[in-house]
Amino acid sequence: MSPPPPSIDVLIIGAGIVGAACAYYCTAAGLRVAVAERGAVGAGTTSAGEGNILVSDKEPGPELELALLSSRLWREIQDDMGADALEYESKGGVVVAGSQEAADGLRRLTEQQRAAGVDAADIGPDELFELEPNLTRDAVGGAFYPQDAQIQPMLAAARLLRRARQRGAEVRPGITVVGFTRGENGSVTGVRTDSADIPVMHARWVINAAGTWAGQVSEMAGAPVPVLPRRGFILVTEPLPRVVRHKVYTAEYVANVASSEAGLETSVVVEGTRAGTVLIGASRERVGFDRGMSLPVLRRLAAQAIGVFPFLAEVSLLRSYLGFRPYCPDHLPVIGPDPRAPGLLHACGHEGAGIGLAAATGRLLAQHLTGETPDLDLTPFRPERFAEAAV
Amino acid sequence: MSSLPQSAQSRQPPFTFTFDDRPIQAWPGQSIAAALIAAGHRSWRTTRIEGSPRGVFCGIGVCFDCLVTVNARPNQRACLVEARPGDVVSFQEGAGHDDLAC
Repeated sequence: MSPPPPSIDVLIIGAGIVGAACAYYCTAAGLRVAVAERGAVGAGTTSAGEGNILVSDKEPGPELELALLSSRLWREIQDDMGADALEYESKGGVVVAGSQEAADGLRRLTEQQRAAGVDAADIGPDELFELEPNLTRDAVGGAFYPQDAQIQPMLAAARLLRRARQRGAEVRPGITVVGFTRGENGSVTGVRTDSADIPVMHARWVINAAGTWAGQVSEMAGAPVPVLPRRGFILVTEPLPRVVRHKVYTAEYVANVASSEAGLETSVVVEGTRAGTVLIGASRERVGFDRGMSLPVLRRLAAQAIGVFPFLAEVSLLRSYLGFRPYCPDHLPVIGPDPRAPGLLHACGHEGAGIGLAAATGRLLAQHLTGETPDLDLTPFRPERFAEAAV
Repeated sequence: MSSLPQSAQSRQPPFTFTFDDRPIQAWPGQSIAAALIAAGHRSWRTTRIEGSPRGVFCGIGVCFDCLVTVNARPNQRACLVEARPGDVVSFQEGAGHDDLAC
């Protein structure tokens, strides 16, 4: 006698922003969803970023297409739930060039981005200082990206999950997945957990949305994807009136995002929040899961930010935090079914762009699972690409 | 004065700083918050959004509730800043950085 079909269609591992977006779109498509999260909602990778929804920092290619789709979907989600529910701010991004050389490089990038559908305006110093009056007068020009936006990531994850629960999803924080259950043909049929109450959760499909720990989950499933941690620090100032109007970063940031250097890289990213604090980033270094504080990195971030916004020299910091950006060697996320483990899908490896890319990731997987043609071709994000490259 | 231990009272004489132009007596080593409370003040700023009064809450530098403007520098934690003779302490409204708003 064959076992009864599972009462859950989709089991999502991870209640971060990506898992939450998957739950939101899968329940909207009529699928029955459960979410297993080892900690609290949004407490892992999602808690350690800045909440960026950016198109400005991406060169033309599959990731930019994903970002453009996601940018549109976040606006839809905001219409669905209200801007306040997510602290959604359609603030726009300002990229600052500190030299003529940087300005020329930026103009080449904006030209390519415009051809790919990005709204990007080249601006001179006068427009720059009008957009950001507190900016250093050493800046020579820049670019303005009206599509860039920001949300409060933990709030957004919680709200997406609330909406998914209203549509019937079960969300179970405090449950760690420790293994997978298999069908006769080796397919994934569910997960084993550390919970005495719910030791096994069966589902037709399992989505790996475990953020920076998705690599470990993929290994447990026997279908490894190389998701690795890249550590980043962020400084938090005391609450201020509105002093920085947009997301502001230097032209070097785009180069650093795309870089594969193992050593420390820093670039200036400054933005205000609804709460009044100003967030200052961004550093990137490959040091494994080392949570150690690094005063030299904090000093460098502060000094660079003062270079862009001189008033910051007189402002106090309240705290700093660090997090791990889940990156893949080719700097593309992993989104789609894994042919090595039928029934398993991945939604991970978004590096520092996971908040922004979450909406499109959830939507594309929901479309795939319901047999709809996805808005974007998933081929560039396929999980087996790393194994192909190794052959 | 009698609230201080005898050993502290016997060391050095008190001095004054001002809080909104009023003289406040302080002992060497005393925090601005301690001196203000000893002088009967419970609040020395208002919150940014609601305008509610705030003074000492945690008293150990963690909560950032006791912010005050000291010698024209806003957002100093009164519980951590040691009072100095001649300090000019002023009641702070809001974020204390209105000059930067844009």
